[in-house]
Amino acid sequence: MSFMTDRKRAIGWGAAKSGTEHFWSMKKSSIALLILIPLFVFTFGGILGASYEEVLIYYARPFPAIVAALTLIVGFKHFNDGFQVLIEDYVHGVWEKIIILGMTCVSYGAAAIGVFAIARLAL
Amino acid sequence: MVQLTLPKNSKIRTGKTWPKPEGATNVRKFSIYRWNPDDGDNPRVDTYFIDMDKCGPMVLDALIKIKNEIDPTLTFRRSCREGICGSCAMNIDGINTLACIYGLDEIEGEVKIYPLPHMPVVKDLIPDLTHFYAQHASIMPWLETKTNRPAKEWKQSIEDRKKLDGLYECVMCASCSTACPSYWWNGDRYLGPAALLHAYRWIIDSRDEATGERLDQLEDPFKLYRCHTIMNCTKTCPKGLNPAKAIAEIKKMMVERRI
Repeated sequence: MSFMTDRKRAIGWGAAKSGTEHFWSMKKSSIALLILIPLFVFTFGGILGASYEEVLIYYARPFPAIVAALTLIVGFKHFNDGFQVLIEDYVHGVWEKIIILGMTCVSYGAAAIGVFAIARLAL
Repeated sequence: MVQLTLPKNSKIRTGKTWPKPEGATNVRKFSIYRWNPDDGDNPRVDTYFIDMDKCGPMVLDALIKIKNEIDPTLTFRRSCREGICGSCAMNIDGINTLACIYGLDEIEGEVKIYPLPHMPVVKDLIPDLTHFYAQHASIMPWLETKTNRPAKEWKQSIEDRKKLDGLYECVMCASCSTACPSYWWNGDRYLGPAALLHAYRWIIDSRDEATGERLDQLEDPFKLYRCHTIMNCTKTCPKGLNPAKAIAEIKKMMVERRI
């Protein structure tokens, strides 16, 4: 039981003066993915089912390797930002922080593994 | 964490079925949510039957008829009966709207009436809108000026006045905010479509001199950015307004003042 006024309850701790950066970042990554995903599907789809040697030669070329690396980096950044919004919507308290931290590690970890794999193929 | 089921004492039970009017040929069934905080019982849905030949065309007419002629304990808010006061907002046939301007002919079959969703209920069809009104007050719904008051009035061009159309008409009925899933889950911190529509109304008012402060007050992951453009607000607004667009405009301004 707390005898806070209605106004105090509505104002809370005031505005965090953040959120726009996150919103704008998601908009930017959305537009980037709009271009990258078709390019990735086009380049990756073309080599799907080929032999290991052919894939090595294909990904030694700069265009498919850069497209794949960018798709992974931007895709996982977008995923991480979107997942954070999802968690903020539905989970509150200490679990909110734990899940956001965990998913940030997973997202950047997965992006790093993907980029490393492409680098090994390409270099 | 999100609660997916109702607490035991909030589960809705089948209530009383009132007798059909004698001799009536054009009878319509009404299922209405009832809850009285004084009796300690669970909420229930009572069933009423109305002779439509002796009833007005709107849902509010039917509710008033039930209260006057069948069950005087049925409780609901109403005042202007013409969509101006916003008092009689309730969930009718699954849609948040104003009972006074929602025609019974727009509903097929049984008429189901519940209070506005996800709000504490005071009694029957009356939701507790205390927090909703406090959120509205928090966006400073008045003209903020720093320049000395002019001798006559704060002038506004016809073009600038037109920018307020589609915003000033909001009657604060809470239909939009209580139709918004983001407001359901985070209504304690998210301002909701109604308060944000009003915030935008003052942000774009050419006479207001607190635009920056207003934007500062909204720049928050919860107060503003819980809106995910679900559009339930726009779909349900009984006045045909577009709160989702107003929120999108605020977000655009937030970005534009940065880059």
